[in-house]
Amino acid sequence: MSARVDLLERSWADRPGFIGWVTTVDHKRVARRYIATALVFFVLAGVLALVMRTQLGMSENRLIGPDQYNQMFSMHGSAMMFLFAVPIMEAVAVYVVPLMVGTRNISFPRLNAFSYWIYLFGGVMIFIAFVLDIGPEAGWTGYVPLSSSDFSPGKRTDFWAQMITFTEVAALCVAVEIVATVMTMRAPGMTLSRIPLFVWSMLVTSFMVIFAMPAVMLASSFLITDRLVGTQFYNAAEGGDPLLWQHLFWFFGHPEVYIIFMPALGMISSIVETFSRRPIFAYTPMVMALVATGFLAFGLWVHHMFATGLPPMGNSFYTAASMMIAVPSGLQIFCWIATIATGRPRFAVPMLFVMGFFALFVLGGLTGVMLASVPLDLQVHDTYFVVAHFHYVLIGGAVFPLMGALYFWFPKMTGRMLGETLGRWQFWLFFIGFNVTFFPMHLLGLMGMPRRVYTYQAGLGWDLPNLVATLGSYLMAISVLVLVFNLWRSVRRGEPAPDDPWGAPDLLWATTSPPPSYNFERMPVVTGRHPLWVNADGDPRIDLPVLDGVRDDRREVLLSTPVDAIPVCRWALPDPSIWPLWSALALTVLFVWSIFDQWGVVWGAIPAAITFTIWFWPKRSDVSLRSDE
Amino acid sequence: MKPMRALLPVFAMLLAACGGVQSSLAPAADQSKAIDHVWQVMVWACSTIYLFTLGALAWAIWRRRAIATREGVSRDPMLSRALFAWVVLVVGLLTWFVAISFLADRRLHGGTPDLEVRITAKQWWWQVEYLSPEPARQFITANELRLPRDRTARIELRSGDVIHSFWVPSLSGKEDLIPGYTNAVFITPRRDGSFRGQCAEFCGLQHAHMALDVQVTDEATFRSWVSQQLRPASSPVTASALRGAELFNTTACASCHTVRGTPAGGRVGPDLTHLASRRTLAAGALPMRRDDLSKWLDDPQHPKPGNLMPAVPLSPDDSNAIVDYLMGLK
Amino acid sequence: MAALAMSACERERRAFHSAPEGTHPRPALTDFQPGSAMTQGVSDTGLAYERNAYHINQGSRWYRAFNCNGCHGNGGGSIGPALMDDQWRYGGNIDQIHASIVDGRPNGMPAWRGKITDMQAWQLSAYVRALSGNVSKAAAPSRRDAITSTPPLTQLPRQSTDAGDASAQQPPPQ
Repeated sequence: MSARVDLLERSWADRPGFIGWVTTVDHKRVARRYIATALVFFVLAGVLALVMRTQLGMSENRLIGPDQYNQMFSMHGSAMMFLFAVPIMEAVAVYVVPLMVGTRNISFPRLNAFSYWIYLFGGVMIFIAFVLDIGPEAGWTGYVPLSSSDFSPGKRTDFWAQMITFTEVAALCVAVEIVATVMTMRAPGMTLSRIPLFVWSMLVTSFMVIFAMPAVMLASSFLITDRLVGTQFYNAAEGGDPLLWQHLFWFFGHPEVYIIFMPALGMISSIVETFSRRPIFAYTPMVMALVATGFLAFGLWVHHMFATGLPPMGNSFYTAASMMIAVPSGLQIFCWIATIATGRPRFAVPMLFVMGFFALFVLGGLTGVMLASVPLDLQVHDTYFVVAHFHYVLIGGAVFPLMGALYFWFPKMTGRMLGETLGRWQFWLFFIGFNVTFFPMHLLGLMGMPRRVYTYQAGLGWDLPNLVATLGSYLMAISVLVLVFNLWRSVRRGEPAPDDPWGAPDLLWATTSPPPSYNFERMPVVTGRHPLWVNADGDPRIDLPVLDGVRDDRREVLLSTPVDAIPVCRWALPDPSIWPLWSALALTVLFVWSIFDQWGVVWGAIPAAITFTIWFWPKRSDVSLRSDE
Repeated sequence: MKPMRALLPVFAMLLAACGGVQSSLAPAADQSKAIDHVWQVMVWACSTIYLFTLGALAWAIWRRRAIATREGVSRDPMLSRALFAWVVLVVGLLTWFVAISFLADRRLHGGTPDLEVRITAKQWWWQVEYLSPEPARQFITANELRLPRDRTARIELRSGDVIHSFWVPSLSGKEDLIPGYTNAVFITPRRDGSFRGQCAEFCGLQHAHMALDVQVTDEATFRSWVSQQLRPASSPVTASALRGAELFNTTACASCHTVRGTPAGGRVGPDLTHLASRRTLAAGALPMRRDDLSKWLDDPQHPKPGNLMPAVPLSPDDSNAIVDYLMGLK
Repeated sequence: MAALAMSACERERRAFHSAPEGTHPRPALTDFQPGSAMTQGVSDTGLAYERNAYHINQGSRWYRAFNCNGCHGNGGGSIGPALMDDQWRYGGNIDQIHASIVDGRPNGMPAWRGKITDMQAWQLSAYVRALSGNVSKAAAPSRRDAITSTPPLTQLPRQSTDAGDASAQQPPPQ
């Protein structure tokens, strides 16, 4: 047995030190740095929000001027949406999904590494631009004609549009990997009806990414060419149309928020299941709800455009569609509550965050139903009511579950438990701070305060709610500091975590905390939805069935059929490689060069072609051990 | 009671919300009232659902329970029936919301107009043209809208540069002004008063200072205002104002501004023919008072940095003379 | 790297106030002058304006607003000379263009001093420089949101400012 472990360790090990760090293709290592980087962007974007809130705490405040404020809210939105929310959800999936489906690595390991580098370079680029006064200034939605060269001079919007390109490429890579992993690399016996709900949510999310990202890629590419070489896509005077931008952007933009939200739904299911100590009620309807949400999300985008003067009958159709998407969400809420009601719930910190999710997401979802109504939207569109709504659904509906998942999966990722007491403090600070910040904004919107204003007049009744919101934001900041401290301290001195500290049912917990580089010593086989809960009288840890035959002297995984997970063949996965990093650098050069000169696309393609060719050049792996053939 | 006193500012906030000049909670026109009906229904229904959901969660957490089994509870028939009933309830509620939204939306788009106004939004002010079948009865003003009570006005919406949004919450929902498109909004005010509108689509540096002063009066007052606006500019009387007029027409002012009846015919900035009859300056950024006008003239970039009116260098005497002239343009 | 960064900062800065009146230079308009040579280099003020994307764009706005099109077309010239070519009767660097705008020129160019502010005149000069391809590609706006009448300003070849007016260089007919 130890001989096998030795072989596995040698086949799957990374090279030591810095070289190992830059060449790794281990999904766990890539995912951890992805999560850490996303949290850094979260804190940076949060600091921007604090400055904005400080400016808005008083009427006619002159702390920061309009140009800086416009760049700040544009950076806050862009960083939160493109550099934090989507990447962190994907990163958590990159870590968790291969373990949950019982395989040794993600489907395309080098592509995974490449996606991280591209994401990092894009994020660093836009923050450097921001520091140099070349940050985006037209909001995270970049409506034309404001973002066209006539009204946004210089290179600010060009950097922003290119940052979108970087982050789309990264997101598409991960989405493709997740679909391939879930469809082909599941443990034998893990039929479609035995897949954990988190994996289902990530599968649907990944399909949404694949269909939504190209729309924004198209929109931003048209904007780039309009600004660089004078195309007319968005120029009404020459036959273009400003509304084209809105349609293309929101066709991506609406699914984007569901891309952020759906992984959270999967996290909630995982946590509720584990902490209620019973399987989720109505598994199949829950899966159907996820799939329905994924499809419906693509039919709603016009609700962002109700005020643009589209035909009223068309608008009403989108009212109906936007309201319809509340049905699968409502079904899921019922099923979770039913699970808790018929289980034996216990309230560790992850479950606290789930409770926070219920309180906040349902409120945000209901204001969303209000916004779906055309006449009501015509009053509150582009006001602080919308700001309140989307923060309730994004923070309540995605960040709270994410924090819960962080507490839940941190022991597995690092081998240590996150501090429980600090976690409770952090939860309550965040929950109270969040409500104090964002609830008054509903009122502000109804009282007429529009969005994206760097200041407002006194005497309109907006002063007090704004001050309250500002104070709440400081409370939220303290909570984030507590979280960061908790993370830092627990990584070093947290209580060591066993394999399965929470008594959870899925394969993720069937290995050590943290898992070895090869994930599982033997390839697991599953016979039910809850592999670690097989024994009906409550004994959670019986020996899992495993199978032999996958080689341990080289990097190899088992592929199985998409529906029934019958094993099909063994598949060799690549060894560590530096070429994803070089390719990412070459592509970065191409992207940044083409911000300034269209010939950058041509000349920059040369180093990119070289690095990609070397990366994809077929070769036998000669690093991991080979036995006699 | 302590908790009650702590809630006092909340109640104060809520009460203030109902009465603001820019509040959608105090509707003063048919259109905003139709929207308010939808809001009332939805806020009560959604609050009920919210409390019900939280109540269900609380019940789920705190109820006494038998030992649950690990497997097979998914098939509990009572729970499945409850799930089905819940889905039916949600679908029913949403269908009701869709229906009332549809009906209210139809009421926003109809009506035969008694008055036609064309608003062209520019960065960062509103050009307001009162249209008429007789060309001699058309006139242009800026940043203010006067409407007669109980008459339907059709406001045509165009943009001179980027996307803006016309929004007077007390009177109607918002509608965007998009270059290349002509949109329209109908307003039938039912209550006299002063209301405030504000641009509601991010349009650049001074989006925050792009307000519209709206006054609803009875028909007679409205007609007399129209007659006054149709007249060309009042001639300056005092020596200072005369000198101000001469300076206005020979320096940078006339390059951008029009004062009807004088040689000043610039089309870049707002029409100033009846500037002194307005209540605000610079699209609501400042009140229309002599001091504020003087400060504005000396440095428009201070209250509204980035706006397109440059700081024209003038000696204090010249500046005073021009202000005298402008304050006479009633 | 730092120099690149600083130049980028300056290119993107939005300045809403200009330098005080009276600080603009008196550039040389011709090589033919008595006494000591007048200043030939470009002033710092001028350089600051022609390197700044915001000022160039504002210049394009004033070009339309004050009807420069009426005589100069969209840069191709009409009853006034073309601004997109390499023929500069009174000089083609930004100081010289600024002087032409504020002083006016014979045969039809009005003197704009007092009718527009000095900052607007500098912004217009920067835009005229962009029309002849003489500004950095990163600072020039590509197209306006209006009917297209010039090639994109980011794609213009750089027109030399050395030559004077071609008609002035031709020998008189024999």
